[in-house]
Amino acid sequence: MTRVTVENVWKVYGDQTVLESVHLEIEPGSFIALVGPSGCGKSTFLRMMLGDEAPSRGRILLDGVELDAEPSPDRGVVFQKYSVFPHLTALQNVMLGLEFAASPVMARLFGKAKRKAKTEALDMLNCVGLGHAVRKYPSELSGGMQQRLAIAQALIKKPKILLLDEPFGALDPGIRAEVHEILLRLWREEGMTVFMVTHDLSEAFKLGTRVIAFDRVRTRPEEMKAYGATVTFDLKVDGKSVPPRPELREQLAAAAQ
Amino acid sequence: MRRLINRQPDVVVRFGLMLIPFIAVVIAYMIASEARLSANPNDKLLPGWSTIAAAIERMAFLPDQRTGSYLLLQDTISSLTRLGIGVAVATLIGGIFGVLQGLIPYFRATFSAFTGVLSMIPPLAVLPILFIVFGLGELAKVVLVAVGIAPFIIRDLALRTEEIPHEEIIKAQTLGASTWQIILRIVVPQMLPRLIDGVRLSLGAAWLFLIAAEAIASDSGLGYRIFLMRRYLAMDVILPYVAWITLLAFTLDFALRLFQRIAFRWMYRGN
Repeated sequence: MTRVTVENVWKVYGDQTVLESVHLEIEPGSFIALVGPSGCGKSTFLRMMLGDEAPSRGRILLDGVELDAEPSPDRGVVFQKYSVFPHLTALQNVMLGLEFAASPVMARLFGKAKRKAKTEALDMLNCVGLGHAVRKYPSELSGGMQQRLAIAQALIKKPKILLLDEPFGALDPGIRAEVHEILLRLWREEGMTVFMVTHDLSEAFKLGTRVIAFDRVRTRPEEMKAYGATVTFDLKVDGKSVPPRPELREQLAAAAQ
Repeated sequence: MRRLINRQPDVVVRFGLMLIPFIAVVIAYMIASEARLSANPNDKLLPGWSTIAAAIERMAFLPDQRTGSYLLLQDTISSLTRLGIGVAVATLIGGIFGVLQGLIPYFRATFSAFTGVLSMIPPLAVLPILFIVFGLGELAKVVLVAVGIAPFIIRDLALRTEEIPHEEIIKAQTLGASTWQIILRIVVPQMLPRLIDGVRLSLGAAWLFLIAAEAIASDSGLGYRIFLMRRYLAMDVILPYVAWITLLAFTLDFALRLFQRIAFRWMYRGN
């Protein structure tokens, strides 16, 4: 179980502030849904969680320890596209994580070790319902199957945190519901913390234990550059509302009138 | 009436259309040859079929009177050996430098400007230097072919490597891969078919450099033979040689494409 602490994180590109003063305290095992309009910095936030980008100010802690400045196996990821490797079959895609860990030079396993990894990978593929497609290449799989494969590939490393960047945005609704069920089941089984960026509010409330909205508070044209987005809503899905900053609560109240 | 851009020829029509330009060239040649030969039976510029057939028989199927070897076979072996070694060396260098340059920022910062400048040097302008340094033997010709096409292959592959989606590289890191493991399992396997594409594109240039080197200093090879025959205006030998070189080049290209299809099936599945 991993506690995530986000301390006063800012992200600035040149003179453009994207995110400002983001404070979050994430309970272990939460399913966090990040929502907000395009360009509000929710994907930037996810990339900082991933270690693909560093915060300009502030820091992100995992169980009190600052994040590695580069991606590492404690944080798994599924992107909307390009999450799986096109030159490997489904089985090879899932085995890859095991092979990297066990074979630093060849990055391949042989004999008994390979059979063991294969068994483990096949179990994982069965978990996501891809037991019948283990020898197929990603280009032969449908969009939903590719995303399930990407989830299996990430979970074989047993990450503490799973990061999902609009993972189901390109799927049609029926397939999407199917993948939701698989994801929820795996999340409960593995006890990991999940961060999911999504455009779809119903998806956010269906899956998340907590829905966090990013948005710009100051939207006058002359203010757009200097002020970035921040957390504007922070809702526990059981109904409790937790505005993160007192001044925001006032602003929201003012905006409501 | 449908627009021209929407009208598709069927298989038979397509095959017939494909043949038309080839047949047109042959007919044009026959008419021109006939006209010249009727004016001057000793004309050497556009020899008739029987003269060409005799030349082919002499070069390909009868041993040379002086050396006792079959000239076309000997020339083909010499040329293909030089071309093969040169292209293989360029492919190896291009593969290694291209991947490293495309993937590793420090490597790119060090070498990309350098390979960029190298690729602007006209290889044929370097040929005299190669002859001076490596002598007139096989080595200089092989080096010219390799030096001529390696910069293109490096730059092409570096661009292809940079085009690998960033997500894939990130994903590999979240699976615990080191830089070396990423190169070995993610980048190289995906770049091998691209490397073959790069080699196919540079084969034309490789032939050009080979024939130029053979024309200047050699004692065998297809390029050597053509330039030797030029002194005697022996079009009856030159034309079949050019056709033969074209056939070899086409076959090489086709073989590489076939190899790519068989060895990298993942590129062609689905879709």
